[in-house]
Amino acid sequence: MKFYTEPIAKSPRIPKLVEALFEKMPQIEADRAILLTESYKSTEGEPIITRRAKAFKHILEHIPITIRDNELIVGAATKAPRGCQVFPEYSFEWLEAEFETVEHRTADPFYISEKTKRALAEVYKYWKGKTTSELATSYMSEEAKTAIDHGMFTPGNYFYNGIGHVTVDYPKILAGGYKTILAEVNAELARIRPGDADYARRKHFLDAVVISCEAVIKYAKRYADLAAGMAKTAADIGRRRELEDIAAVCRRVPEHGAESFREACQSFWFIQMLLQIESSGHSISPGRFDQYMYPYYKKDLDAGVITREEAQELMDCIWVKLNDLNKVRDAASAEGFAGYSLFQNLIVGGQDKYGRDATNDLSFMAITATEHVFLPQPSFSVRVWNGSPHEFLIRAAELTRTGIGFPAYYNDEVIIPSLQSRGLTLEDARDYNIIGCVEPQKAAKTDGWHDAAFFNMCRPLEMVFSNGVDKGVQIGPATGDVASMETYEEFEAAYRTQMNYFIELMVNADNAIDVAHGERCPLPFQSCMVEDCIARGKSLQEGGAIYNFTGPQGFGIANVTDAMYAIKKLVFEDKKYTLAFFKEALDNNYGKDMDASMAAKLTQQIAASVVESGKPLTEEDIKNIYLTAKKNNASEADKQKYDALLSDIAALTKFGNDDDEVDAFAREMAYTYTKPMEGYKNPRGGAFQAGLYPVSANVPLGAQTGATPDGRLAYTPIADGVSPAAGRDLKGPTAAANSVSRLDHYIASNGTLFNMKFHPSALEGRGGLESFVALVRGYFDQKGSHMQFNVVSRETLRDAQKHPERYKSLVVRVAGYSALFTTLSKGLQEDIINRTEQQGF
Amino acid sequence: MDDKLLQTTGRIFNIQRFSIHDGPGIRTIVFLKGCPLRCRWCCNPESQEWKPETIVTAGVSKPVGRDVTVGEVLEEISRDRVYYSRSGGGGVTLSGGECLWQPDFSAALLQAAKERGISTAIETTGYAEMDVIRRLLPHVDTVLMDIKHTDAKKHQEFTTKDNGLILENAKAIARESKCLIIRTPVIPTFNDSEEEIAAIAAFAKSLPGVKEMHLLPYHRIGSDKYAGLGRTYTMAHISPPPKEQMQRLLAVVERAGLIGKIGG
Repeated sequence: MKFYTEPIAKSPRIPKLVEALFEKMPQIEADRAILLTESYKSTEGEPIITRRAKAFKHILEHIPITIRDNELIVGAATKAPRGCQVFPEYSFEWLEAEFETVEHRTADPFYISEKTKRALAEVYKYWKGKTTSELATSYMSEEAKTAIDHGMFTPGNYFYNGIGHVTVDYPKILAGGYKTILAEVNAELARIRPGDADYARRKHFLDAVVISCEAVIKYAKRYADLAAGMAKTAADIGRRRELEDIAAVCRRVPEHGAESFREACQSFWFIQMLLQIESSGHSISPGRFDQYMYPYYKKDLDAGVITREEAQELMDCIWVKLNDLNKVRDAASAEGFAGYSLFQNLIVGGQDKYGRDATNDLSFMAITATEHVFLPQPSFSVRVWNGSPHEFLIRAAELTRTGIGFPAYYNDEVIIPSLQSRGLTLEDARDYNIIGCVEPQKAAKTDGWHDAAFFNMCRPLEMVFSNGVDKGVQIGPATGDVASMETYEEFEAAYRTQMNYFIELMVNADNAIDVAHGERCPLPFQSCMVEDCIARGKSLQEGGAIYNFTGPQGFGIANVTDAMYAIKKLVFEDKKYTLAFFKEALDNNYGKDMDASMAAKLTQQIAASVVESGKPLTEEDIKNIYLTAKKNNASEADKQKYDALLSDIAALTKFGNDDDEVDAFAREMAYTYTKPMEGYKNPRGGAFQAGLYPVSANVPLGAQTGATPDGRLAYTPIADGVSPAAGRDLKGPTAAANSVSRLDHYIASNGTLFNMKFHPSALEGRGGLESFVALVRGYFDQKGSHMQFNVVSRETLRDAQKHPERYKSLVVRVAGYSALFTTLSKGLQEDIINRTEQQGF
Repeated sequence: MDDKLLQTTGRIFNIQRFSIHDGPGIRTIVFLKGCPLRCRWCCNPESQEWKPETIVTAGVSKPVGRDVTVGEVLEEISRDRVYYSRSGGGGVTLSGGECLWQPDFSAALLQAAKERGISTAIETTGYAEMDVIRRLLPHVDTVLMDIKHTDAKKHQEFTTKDNGLILENAKAIARESKCLIIRTPVIPTFNDSEEEIAAIAAFAKSLPGVKEMHLLPYHRIGSDKYAGLGRTYTMAHISPPPKEQMQRLLAVVERAGLIGKIGG
């Protein structure tokens, strides 16, 4: 196929839209919560699916609508740009508790007015005892609750919020509109008999779909009316025409099938936005946008109805709108998902269901849109396979070079067989897209529950050393005193016992939450766009999808590998240290002071509790608390012994250096998480499948983890995804990639995440792009599954100056010479930072 | 025969993978220890002495220089084979130090790599007897050779060696090698005028088959290492040439009828 690769200019409209979007801090709005509650109060006693549909309808009839200046694609979930609605049916107590702090917190702050606080406080009175999180808590085992309290794993995502994490049947709605769904449902309603055993369930579900779809059609017409009204009063004649067009488009879609690219874009947007009004789930992912939009584009372009520039402008408008959606999370989750991200993953390229390359002009234009808009949404991805066009990957590399962190690269050659091994047909597997961060699935057939929990693999290792005790409580199995363990095998067996125990509790927690969603928050609108909900007459949350999974993520493989390897070598092979000494060193954080930010947090907590008890507190007192919290009290003699241990640990080969022995060890360690997961089932009739990635939870959850035997100090970050621990891969990107490729990426079918950092000079010129693409290809040849890149910014280099220990492997390359950044003197570091800035990255 | 090749020993001080500036594609650079020249600007001062040394980096002492066999180096090089082929013509580059100062080892390593389908390059000063160089050339795909100055006196002053042998060898290498690329480090106070670069470019153009000339702008990223080795860096007062100047010098190279490039 011949592609159009000339640059397409950015419309002057786009910077205006972007600027307006980011004018103010995002705000919390109460309209949805108020309308939802009004509806729920009037439907007490009716079936839950009916109540959900009626509430959705009531919301869509009355929620304020707005068309923002300069928009071509319309439909907003909130009055203010980047605002968010709230979803008390899932949970509300955390937000109520954060009313006074949510505006000032560091991660993802939101403005909330006094009026909104009052309105929400009123609404919340109704919801006490009625949320999914409360029901989930009742369903959970006591042991699981204890494990969560002690930070062994965090199922917070779906415990507090909707599920999301789905790609619905966009092509079906684009082609036939909601009319098609209504026709399908009506046929089904005509088919079922009142005497059928499951008639009641089916009938109410199907009726709920009808209510929802009709509400959506009417909602679009509200926009048509608004646009028509605005057109009448528009002073500018150009804008008047645009508004008239908007009105005409919204009168047709999404009720009817789209007849133009413009209508397809608007129809797409209504689907995407309304899914977010129905539930608070994130990672509602557009998927293979270049595939399902292409027929509309091609037809209009061939007919001369649209120019490439006009089509690009519409795509850019959608890209901007994807950033208009937002979500408020609790303070702890906000740190784990930092960056207001909704993870709306949009993917281009790859194979079609018959195994042919599917890259088209829209794949290229999607890259251009990401460049034009340069915002965090959509989460932009490309599929790569052996037959991917070279020029397409070079174009993708150009985007990587801008430093935006997109695209993420995915390997068809691993993901397709991996999905087949989970029961997908070959055709479905070939048609995969990515949900959220890195989770592959087949669109419109899957309820993947992809972000089911974070499991911190370092914590069970801590439990081995503490014999299952955490903060004075026996939370895990008593696997014995480490001092009495005589072989490495015994030690590893204890680790596996701890792992298995907490994995089972995590499954218990996930399944409790799963059932709660099915019972309290089934989603008729979302469900009607996923096969086989209509035919089965039940929602996605009750098991309506063809493919059902639960995918919780393990992270910390690099730390656990390096830690277990250190113990194996230093304790059992070299016999240089005892496990008892290791335990002492870990308990004393290797004699090192506490991480400054952690000490500051502790100080805050202590100070707050003192103030609460009524005692006065001076600046001096606070300073002393801080110093006491930070300082390590080990004796000088002990500190020297710990230092010797640390340097022996440092001398060992670490994961990420292309060492066959260590890498084989890492593969086994990853199995301690991925293999037990394969034995568990979920209540929707599907299976558990492991992922290996942390989003950004490796930092906050690292802050809850004590020192580990790999030399990692207490409360510092844990390794990111399947990447080597920060600063420990010392042989460059190819060696790190080789190591990571030796993990089993097939079994981690919920996705793996491999992050790499580059200095911009590595991607300079055509030669730089070629080498970069070769690196991706080389990693994928060896069956790695995902790769993403940070092109190092000035800020990163500044951070590396502050925290050299985290950047030991950061290589900077300048015209034929490379150096480890952190080993350079301050003056030279400044030289390089200035150089980075000059290159404009 | 093969065994003998693989067991040949040499002295190196570093192997650097994923190098993309020293020859085509993704390359692994083997840095050999020992060099006949003492260029004032040298960014790898630990490469110069033949004897193993100790360098202090960020307060930690580390040995520099180890003896290895061709087999050991080959094993490390082979680990990135997939990236060499994916980048179209990537492979191994011998750098230094000066690979011509360890001809047995260099020739054996180049031959062994070549026999295994790995493309080869050398980065060299060209300062050796031509008969020595001839032992390597059959196994080298790309020769990256420095021409630092056309003026013998200035060359002597800044590198401690006369350039007569180098210029003579360049002519022979141009005739006898598959591909010769000329490289010139652009060093303020030494060779950064348009006239000096023009003279080098004219010489390069006169060599049969030479099409490319690379200008490598001076940088001081190696300067910390001098202190780490207990030596004095005499060019501390020199700033890297500004971008505009590099662009002007690039134009000079192009005017001479060569494909010019800034950086490798």
